[in-house]
Amino acid sequence: MDVLSQGQGPMLSDSSANAQREAFRAKPRALTDKVTTVKEAVTRLVHDGDYLAIGGFGTNRIPAAVCHEILRQEKKNLRFAGHTSTFDFQLICAGNLLGRGPTLAAVDAAYIVGIEARGLSPHARRVMESGTITSVEWSNYSLAVRLHAGAMGVPFLPMRSMLGTDTFRHSAAKVISCPFTGEKLCAVPSLVPDVAAIHVHEADQFGNCRLRGTSVADIELSRASKRVIITCERLIANDEIRREPWLTAIPFLCVDAVCEVPGGSYPGNMPGEYFSDEDYIRQWMAVEKDIEKYKAFLQEYVYGVADFAEYLRKSGGADRMADLHRQELLM
Amino acid sequence: MSYSPIELMICCAARELENGRSVAVGTGIPCAAAMLAQKTHAPDLVIMFEAGGLAPQLPTMPISVGDSRTFHRALMASSMCEIMQFAQRGQVDFTFLGGAQIDAYGNLNSTVAGDHKKPTVRFPGSGGANDLASLCWRTMVVTQQNARRFVEKLDFLTTPGYLTGPGSREEAGLPPGTGPYRVITDLGIYGYSSTTCRMQLQSLHPGVTLDQIRAATGFRLEIAESVGRTEIPTAEELRILRDEVDPRKYILGRGQ
Repeated sequence: MDVLSQGQGPMLSDSSANAQREAFRAKPRALTDKVTTVKEAVTRLVHDGDYLAIGGFGTNRIPAAVCHEILRQEKKNLRFAGHTSTFDFQLICAGNLLGRGPTLAAVDAAYIVGIEARGLSPHARRVMESGTITSVEWSNYSLAVRLHAGAMGVPFLPMRSMLGTDTFRHSAAKVISCPFTGEKLCAVPSLVPDVAAIHVHEADQFGNCRLRGTSVADIELSRASKRVIITCERLIANDEIRREPWLTAIPFLCVDAVCEVPGGSYPGNMPGEYFSDEDYIRQWMAVEKDIEKYKAFLQEYVYGVADFAEYLRKSGGADRMADLHRQELLM
Repeated sequence: MSYSPIELMICCAARELENGRSVAVGTGIPCAAAMLAQKTHAPDLVIMFEAGGLAPQLPTMPISVGDSRTFHRALMASSMCEIMQFAQRGQVDFTFLGGAQIDAYGNLNSTVAGDHKKPTVRFPGSGGANDLASLCWRTMVVTQQNARRFVEKLDFLTTPGYLTGPGSREEAGLPPGTGPYRVITDLGIYGYSSTTCRMQLQSLHPGVTLDQIRAATGFRLEIAESVGRTEIPTAEELRILRDEVDPRKYILGRGQ
């Protein structure tokens, strides 16, 4: 198969299929109780320098508690999958330039810095414009395909976007000719994160998970990652899972820790549970403009609290969540 | 009834969407346009969101292309791969995108201003834009027009238009028959020349002159043989837009 051209961006992770098999060989098969706290899960499963990926879609079904705990534990020099990432990226880069990191060292960037229609995050911009972060460009679908390759256990997959653009030239993709038809294709390497965090609606103690709404790339992400932390709105009994196994989106074999975090996507949206807190997101973006105010804000809401439950209480508590629940249901 | 430039842009964009066709929409104005189209002439418009929402009946305008509204009363809540595969297989007619910079061939920059290593402004990057503009049949762009946005040379080519001109998409390996189709701005509506693949003025918005258009364009613009006048928004379009599509003024409130 001829390589016709290649992007000049570095590979931020290893895509060897054999190395992946060796790593996955060690993953436990037994049905063991994986319920723990976010603090313990992040201590045990997220290491300095790890390649991290976050599930959901930026401000939707995100594992915000894990992002907070990564900041609180001052994890350093993470590489990050910037796939559909908005508020989660805002959180993960909050340790940079503020004397608490750097949390982030390098990013596979498909979508970062922007908070969709709400504008750009001032602090994420500051971090990315500082010249201190290695940024390799991709598209959302190419990162999803890379995760799909990781889920399949193959070192690459072909696809038909990125061709002809600077996005390709600043990626680590290659243009190949199809061995069957001769058509030009973009070959993207598998992405096998060291650790992923995914927020779901329900999980049992072994890590069998159900989610509602769109799955974004979380089916692929949960299979492709070496270690997976699940946060869930509710723990449910294993009997529930066994009664309707066709509802299981992520099976226990993929999962290393299960943490019950009601409201765990806040201030993001959680389908059927609560809508995004737009006033709060706007307030967060505004406070980021001034670096000293942002430091104080993070101290108050992230570094200075014990856990996500305390953060939620400080951010409006049960009343706020009840209001967001009504908004979600269009009431 | 008076209207704002953004309201006119959204109405023009909505009118381009045909009933019974499929469209993958990006965040912001494209969402508002798709929703307006669905509530006016195109009730059976098949709207797709890259996070996985397939054929929703939008109750209010989504703020995020992955929020709960994007699969409200939908026919499927799927995934990124599912939606993009529809596009890659050739089943998505339109995509609707924004962008910080656009050139004469409809190429878009949404990655950086300045140098990639140490940019003066870091924008979000491709998101799903590169994929959708590569894979959907027709790409439409909605954006404000000025000489800083309509540039001779992009700082970074994030998302493919006609690249360097006729034949270059196919040469790069992009699917034949795809490419830019319309650009809708606060000044006019544009298509692309079938011979040169360069942007071509098709319609001037009410009160806008050709000189204004030229001053707001940083590249040599082609002009269609007969340039039309854009129809102003109807009272009904404006009512739906203000009362039903964006009552909280997420989009309509911009620049006010």
